[in-house]
Amino acid sequence: MPTVSMTVNGKSVSAEVEPRTLLVQYLRESLGMTGTHVGCDTSQCGACVVHVNGESLKSCTMLAAQAEGADVATIEGLANGDELHPMQEAFRENHGLQCGFCTPGMVMSALDLVQKNPDPSEQEVREWLEGNLCRCTGYHNIVKSILAGAEALRG
Amino acid sequence: MYQFNYQKAGSADEATSAVAAADDGRFLAGGMTLIPTLKQRLAQPSDLVDLADIGDLVGIEDGGDSVTIKAMTRHVDVANSDVVQSKIPALAGLADNIGDPQVRNRGTIGGSVANNDPAADYPAAVLALNATVITNQREIAAESFFDGMFTTVLEEGELITAVRFPVPEKAAYTKFPNPASRYALVGVMVAQTGGETRVAVTGAGQDGVFRASDIESALSGNWSADAAKGVKMSDDGLNTDIHASAEYRAHLISVMASRAVTAAG
Ligand SMILES: Cc1cc2nc3c(=O)[nH]c(=O)nc-3n(C[C@H](O)[C@H](O)[C@H](O)COP(=O)(O)OP(=O)(O)OC[C@H]3O[C@@H](n4cnc5c(N)ncnc54)[C@H](O)[C@@H]3O)c2cc1C
Ligand code: FES
Ligand code: FES
Repeated sequence: MPTVSMTVNGKSVSAEVEPRTLLVQYLRESLGMTGTHVGCDTSQCGACVVHVNGESLKSCTMLAAQAEGADVATIEGLANGDELHPMQEAFRENHGLQCGFCTPGMVMSALDLVQKNPDPSEQEVREWLEGNLCRCTGYHNIVKSILAGAEALRG
Repeated sequence: MYQFNYQKAGSADEATSAVAAADDGRFLAGGMTLIPTLKQRLAQPSDLVDLADIGDLVGIEDGGDSVTIKAMTRHVDVANSDVVQSKIPALAGLADNIGDPQVRNRGTIGGSVANNDPAADYPAAVLALNATVITNQREIAAESFFDGMFTTVLEEGELITAVRFPVPEKAAYTKFPNPASRYALVGVMVAQTGGETRVAVTGAGQDGVFRASDIESALSGNWSADAAKGVKMSDDGLNTDIHASAEYRAHLISVMASRAVTAAG
């Protein structure tokens, strides 16, 4: 089996996987990093969103081999020890989650939005979340969380 | 997913040779259609040849009276391109409304055009703007490129390298998105280029994208939203599925076309 190597949250990693292995399987099964979720496996729900070379994408719709040599960021890399990342803290403060299944993807997607658009309007946040589904919250508090997280990150 | 071999090609030549040498080779672009297809076991290629490292296949060129978009240019880069925004804003807007941000970060124009999904957005632009699809072997006029749903005239192993769009005097694209997938339930591109009016419809036809000649005739004499809306489209050859009936789609075509005319000005 081919060896696939990349950087995940700043650490070099490497594993032998079949070519058909998805990036999300590589993260969850080869590396044991289960923070990235699989909701639909059909490219719709966004639970699996991670960053590859600084941009958000659905890790269930990319082969691990396509990410060879890439710089990958997942939800596990955000907190600093016990201190949550400002966007995670905003989700906690604003009740931006209920069951939490969609949350890793929501947070990673939100962080791609604020790096491109540090001061998004509510409408822009809602449009950006097109690819992230939540079955619990009704989205209102997710949108509030992202607006609060963006504000915290602007400082 | 079935097993396959995977390799990255360093050049267009390497990619086409690798596909030719394989039992059943396929190009892999953004993977936004191909990977879901593999997961559903709707395809079983022996080899995937990834185009991602071929720098020559990425970029947008301003040719004065045309804009050439290379095959591996992602939807997000078309949407944000200064050249496309200034020369063909309707095309930048179309790209900006494909799927969702994560799909736009991966999906490419070459993959979308090669795939010819009957509900995809780019085919409407290619046909309405009378674009030329450029491959490693030839140049293909929009008119003869699409060949029924999910089918094009591309030969086995033929690689799209770019799509060249003439700059229109006026153009706009309006889509009624399926609320779940964002694919077009009906999408209409209207354009005036070199005095010619073209109206292309995606999402509605059983054979994929097509020109709405009745609306084209109505608009040729009278470029107005009312003229487009006044055309009663036949539902012959239109799709009926869980999302909409053929009759509803026929109605939407005139409505979307009239909105597009208003947007084009
Ligand atoms: C959730 C979701 C929502 C979507 N919504 C929309 C939407 O609203 N509108 C829309 O239009 N599309 C939509 N899409 C599809 C998306 O635009 C795809 O990116 C596109 O259809 C395929 O492009 P790709 O680069 O991902 O190609 P791939 O999936 O990599 O390839 C598709 C096919 O084209 C072939 N191919 C790729 N590149 C070339 C080339 N250069 N030459 C010859 N053959 C080639 C491949 O072999 C394959 O058969 C959506 C996709 C998803 C997952
Ligand atoms: S698991 Fe990837 S989009 Fe749902
Ligand atoms: S919090 Fe349960 S799916 Fe979003």
